[in-house]
Amino acid sequence: MSGLKRRLAPVLLLAALLLPMLASCHGARALEAFEIPETFDTSRTYEITFWAKNDTNKHQTRVYEQAIAEFEALYPNVTVHLRLYMDYGRIYNDVITNIATQTTPNVCITYPDHIATYKTGTNVVVPLDGLFDDEKYGLGGSEVRFASPTRSEIVPQFLDECVIGEEHWAIPFMRSTEACYVNKTYVEALGYTLPDVLTWDFVWEVSEAAMAQDEEGTFLVNGQKVMIPFIYKSTDNMMIQRLRQSGSGYSTADGEILLFGDDTKEFLYTVAEHAATRSFSTFKISSYPGNFLNAGQCLFAVDSTAGASWMGSDAPLTDISPENIVPFETAVRMIPQLDPEHPQMISQGPSVCIFNKRDPQTVLASWLFAQYLLTDAVQIAYAETEGYVPVTTRARETEEYKDYLARAGEDDTDHYAVKILASELLLAHTADTFVTPVFNGSASLRDAAGQLIEKVTNSVRRRETVDDAYMEKLFTDVAALYRLRVGNQGGSATASEKEELGPLPVPAVVLLSVLGVTWIVIASYAAREFVKKRRKSASVS
Amino acid sequence: MKKALAVVFVLVLALALAACGNDANKKSEGVMTYAEYDAAALDTQVTIEAYVQAKQSWWDDKATVYAQDPDGAYFLYNMKCSEADYAKLTPGTKIKVTGYKSEWSGEVEIIDATFEIESGTWKAAAKDVTSLLGKEELVKSQNQFVCFKGMTVAASKDADGNDAAFLYNWDGSGQEGNDLYFNVTLNGETYTFTVESYLCDSSTDVYKAVKELKIGDVIDLEGFLYWYNGVNPHITSVKAAK
Repeated sequence: MSGLKRRLAPVLLLAALLLPMLASCHGARALEAFEIPETFDTSRTYEITFWAKNDTNKHQTRVYEQAIAEFEALYPNVTVHLRLYMDYGRIYNDVITNIATQTTPNVCITYPDHIATYKTGTNVVVPLDGLFDDEKYGLGGSEVRFASPTRSEIVPQFLDECVIGEEHWAIPFMRSTEACYVNKTYVEALGYTLPDVLTWDFVWEVSEAAMAQDEEGTFLVNGQKVMIPFIYKSTDNMMIQRLRQSGSGYSTADGEILLFGDDTKEFLYTVAEHAATRSFSTFKISSYPGNFLNAGQCLFAVDSTAGASWMGSDAPLTDISPENIVPFETAVRMIPQLDPEHPQMISQGPSVCIFNKRDPQTVLASWLFAQYLLTDAVQIAYAETEGYVPVTTRARETEEYKDYLARAGEDDTDHYAVKILASELLLAHTADTFVTPVFNGSASLRDAAGQLIEKVTNSVRRRETVDDAYMEKLFTDVAALYRLRVGNQGGSATASEKEELGPLPVPAVVLLSVLGVTWIVIASYAAREFVKKRRKSASVS
Repeated sequence: MKKALAVVFVLVLALALAACGNDANKKSEGVMTYAEYDAAALDTQVTIEAYVQAKQSWWDDKATVYAQDPDGAYFLYNMKCSEADYAKLTPGTKIKVTGYKSEWSGEVEIIDATFEIESGTWKAAAKDVTSLLGKEELVKSQNQFVCFKGMTVAASKDADGNDAAFLYNWDGSGQEGNDLYFNVTLNGETYTFTVESYLCDSSTDVYKAVKELKIGDVIDLEGFLYWYNGVNPHITSVKAAK
């Protein structure tokens, strides 16, 4: 979540630009495909690096450190070096930079979208199906020195999210979704009853109602000069989920892009309408939704369930001064829906992948550590740090975890009610979650989806005209920015890292011309010498 | 001949000085003064001229830069910038920037900006704002290169609840290379200062100096007056108080 760190510059585009580096790795220096050793050689020592992400949350750092210490106690011949990141984009970028030099980490927290890019290098990432099923070292394997979950004890839906193509390339580590954190006190003060399932129409309507001001510009609902009723943290998720709910296309599994269609345009017009009244804004434009929510300056704050500890008047984590926090009742709801009877929301959260190395024993050590992250103790401890849920049914069914959930609201720290309500939201709606197709370029498509909302919101705030001509240009510009090849029909496109190259640049033309002329000169000289030689030999004879 | 040479030499010097001695206050045609920029509404297009004081980061053809003129300072967030141009943005470089005035968590900045390098150099002297700490008028110096004198290092609580002179990340959740946070007191009030790791990474003197701080040390500091829901200076220099 936040914690005084400024929003980070997008790095995914940079990573996309580095893709040719991966392609160039194909060849002599490529690693051999990993083969599972017969036995884990414990007479040797191994040093493995684990690149992890924490949400600027000391409890998460502690869980990682504890997991490493426990694993090293079980496997004294393995040393795990932890490197912490604060955002996925940086991990992605650093991994890609390190693929070229074969200095990737051994174990890495990541998103499947990112693995799809890593996989464009040969044998860079280790496919996991063989390891899952290995009798000795696989999930629940006989030689594993800890209580490893079996394959069937991992929530199937979450495990499926790690399939790219035909194989598993990661294991899920934690799962979250997005939730709408609501200032119920203000919603009711405006004369509305908060429904169990929010609809987009309800959120837009109440947001507009909250914009009423007195003659001096003070908002009536909160008595303050600042009010942004509806703030969305991740606008890529906002677009993706809205399209899913309406049954509109986003992309196909094989990378055909359906984002730039009429439904997207229609939704962007709605966004523009409410951005114009300033009843809607985004994290990138205004700041963290939780900061406004807690200051009584926002009614509907959409953020990850993994940010629940920052939400509400009594939140244990906060970025704003205590004197700026306003008391109100916080309700946790699913994100706004189109069809309340059939809610749909995104499944997100970190997964773990393993990078291939020349030494298969080191890869096996990496796999054992990755597997350790699925043990009950790690799963429960990490899930409790935020509104995450464990990815194994086994951890979920422990008395310890059930007791944790049952104690919601007992305190405002470990059992902070909003945090546990957020976890329970996902536990209750796992079947209503979805993920977007993963392919090489899907990370760029995700960025593009968010960028459409950011651009429209900014444009309206700057009093630019948002009409069909604007939309057409927006689609073209965003597709170009993220290197998405737009087709001629129905707004479909293909994610491609290879653009049309266009005409050769002038220096290249000159160089090629010089080379051509040089060859002509050489050929002429050779021909002349040949003729001279023939004449000479003819005259001799 | 010698006299003639001397005269030519003096003339050349005078011309060179005239060329270098630009007026940092002077604005080109169509460029806002700082007062005009300050008065401009948020989300409006602005064009300013200022001098680079520090570079915070470059990613994906976007640069984040602290710039200043003699009247005020500007935070240029994610300004369109090639890597080659970023290398040219050395402290003192004059630039003309066009973008949109924006505000993010209290930090007033220019976003979606483009720039061009102009001739002229100027560096701001650190403005002593020690006496303004805790006062509302401090915000008028936002983004400026400032200094704080005679501040006392106070304890922060690390991830285990122990007293520490500094933390990796705001709550102690980080490690080497992450931002450093430390508390300083003056007249009984405590303020949190930051070594922003993009602006000053772990190889810099200030990063190393903060890691050597002890609770109770009395220090002088320099940095940029960044804002995040209140004052959150990004420190670039820490020395024992004179």
